[in-house]
Parts: sequence; structure tokens; C-alpha cells
Amino acid sequence: MITAAALAALALACAVGSWRFTTARWTSRAPRIAIILWQSLGVTWGLATTGAMLAYAVEPYGMGVLPGLIAFADGRAPGEPWDALHVLAMVAGLTALTVLVAVLLTAGVQTLRTRRRHRMLLALISHDNPVLPGVRVLDHPGAAAYCVPGLRSQVVVSEGALKLLSQDEMAAVLAHEAAHVRERHDLVLLPFAALRRALPWSKVVSDAQSQVELLVEMAADDRARRYCSPRRLATALLRFGTAGAMPTPQGMLGVHANSLMARVDRLVKPAPELPIRLRYGMLALSVTLLTSAPFLWVYQP
Amino acid sequence: MDILWAQSGALTAREVGRLIADRDLAPTTIMTVLDRLTRKGFLERTRDGRAWRYAPAATRDAYVAELMLEALDMTGDRSAALTRFAQAVSGREAEILRRALTELEDE
Repeated sequence: MITAAALAALALACAVGSWRFTTARWTSRAPRIAIILWQSLGVTWGLATTGAMLAYAVEPYGMGVLPGLIAFADGRAPGEPWDALHVLAMVAGLTALTVLVAVLLTAGVQTLRTRRRHRMLLALISHDNPVLPGVRVLDHPGAAAYCVPGLRSQVVVSEGALKLLSQDEMAAVLAHEAAHVRERHDLVLLPFAALRRALPWSKVVSDAQSQVELLVEMAADDRARRYCSPRRLATALLRFGTAGAMPTPQGMLGVHANSLMARVDRLVKPAPELPIRLRYGMLALSVTLLTSAPFLWVYQP
Repeated sequence: MDILWAQSGALTAREVGRLIADRDLAPTTIMTVLDRLTRKGFLERTRDGRAWRYAPAATRDAYVAELMLEALDMTGDRSAALTRFAQAVSGREAEILRRALTELEDE
């Protein structure tokens, strides 16, 4: 019972923490640490929520969550007889765990499939540009610059983007995309996108996804500014924002403009780095979160 | 693919081979490539006597548009398949950005 209560408390703490964290202001000063904290919040929340239900379910065995589940899978009879509540908790817990794993796997497969088709089409219709070696160019007047991540990542820019940006700005954009490739930001984004698809009604999850999307861009900006002028990156961002390449669908405008301005602001006027004590504090918090849920899973009272 | 897009009608493998002027490709190679593209859904083929006639399943522009929609994240599902540089905004917000841009350029 204690394990179940502890896991439930942990899940609740993660949910409340995430909700508070969506409006935190320090994140733009240390995007990488914020990303790590988001990841640990997500993993811990998933393990704690399913764990709380399962811990209650295997209570008749008088063991921890994982040993209890193994005993259940073996078909051993528990010390106390089953009652309706414990059976219900078992069904709910196993369903939630299966859904979480299935959603992650489906999202992964779907993403890979989308990428494969994208890559194939690119091979058919994009072309090289002698000025930008290694970059695929797409014949379209709209402005776009992106990368197709994978083992052999491809950076793609459109004709429109080439016309829009100066040479320095294009170099800045490419440095930014190279940072995405190098740090495999797509893998960071994947679980959050998957979770949002699993819980489309949850505002916290959707906010968390937007936050992580923005943080990943900021982290890439940070790396890019080591290789290019931050000012050029900022003007490139603004040019992209005002290009109006295609009519933007309603409902997603505000977010984009705000996050764009946030990125420009921190490129032009970088805020002081987060105090080292706070940074280590956040890292310690992540580690505690990440270890607590697995600990409670295997812990035997 | 470019050759098929440039033609109005469907072509046989032999005709495609004749149009690939610069390279000395074996007819079987061309047939394999055409067959593979068909299986992936980029070409459609119809029987014409003893040979197949191949035609593109969609225009080049349609594919470019498809890629751009994905690139600008307008398919509506905010997937994590691509990482994008930045997205365009419009209306009043674009005006704010434009002003910020002029300020940055003036400095």
C-alpha cells in the first residue's frame, strides 16, 4: 500500500510540476537543462502512474511491483484472495502501460515511414547547389529550411529560402540545422509528439510539447552561434517569420510569433547564464526523479 | 523520373532508354528502376501489347507541394519527423517581426 501511495504521489508531483514548469522563465537561459528536466518529468510520470495502479494490484502478493508482476505472470496464487478492486487496478495498470508503449512504438514507426517517403521524394525532385555542397535544394518559391533526421541526415532548403537570405544568413541557418542533426533533436521530440497523440485533450501535454519544441530550437541556436554571427541568425529568423511563404492555418499563429521573438531576443541580447548552483540543482532534481520511479518499482516493503 | 515528367504520355522502358541520352544504361537496369518506382507508387503502368507503359502517378509540382507542406508543418499533426528552422507568421504579428528586422538591420 505504501508503494502504491508513494508512486501515486510521485505521479501527482510530476503532473503538477509539469504544469508549473510550462510557464517557467529560466528555461530560455539554459535550454539543455530544461530539456533534460522535461524528459525526466515525462519518464517518471509514465512509470509512476502505471506503477501506482500496478502496485495496488499486486498487493495481495505482498511483494514489490516488479516481483509481484513476475509472480502474476507466472500464474502463482497470491497470499490473499483477489477482490474486484485489485483486479480492476491490474486491468487498468496493464492497459495504461501497454497503451504508453504501443503509442511510443507506433509514433516511432510512423515517423520513420514519413521520413522514408520524404527522403525518396527528395531523391526524385531535389537538386544540388554548387554554392552549398551537401545541401538539397527544393524548387519552390516558399521559404523553408529543415532537416530530415536519421542515420544519414539531410539538410534541405527551398529556392525561396535561397533568394530570401544573404550568404551569411544562410550559413547561420545551416549551422542551426547542423546542430539539430548533431544532437539528434528529433529523438528528443519524438516521445513528446507521441504522448500528445495519446492524450490529445491534455493541455499540459500539448504545452509541454510546444515548450520542448522551442527549447530544442534554442539549444540549436546556442550551438549555431558558436560558428556564426548571432545577429545574422536573428535576422534570418525574422526574415523567415515575415516571408509569409504560404497561408498559415489559423490557430497556430500566436505561438509561432511569440516563440520566434523569444529566440530573436535571446540571440540579440543574451541573458546571463543560469547560476551554477541552480543548474546543478535542476540536474540533481532530474536524477532524483529518474531514479525514484524505478526504485519504487523494484522496492520490496 | 524527369524524363517521364517531361513527356505528356506514358512511355515504355525502351522509349525511356532512348531518351536517357548521356548514359549507356542496360535496358534491364532501366526496367528494374521503372519497376521499383512503380512498386513504390511513384509510377503507374498500363499493359500495351507485350510491354508496359509507365506514367508518373502525380506531377512533379504535386510532390514539391507535398514536401513543402511537411516542411512547413502544415499537415496538422505536429509530428517529429522533421526539424524545421522557423515558421512564418502573418498579420499583425508579422508586422512586429518586420519592425524588429528593420531595427536589427539599421544598427
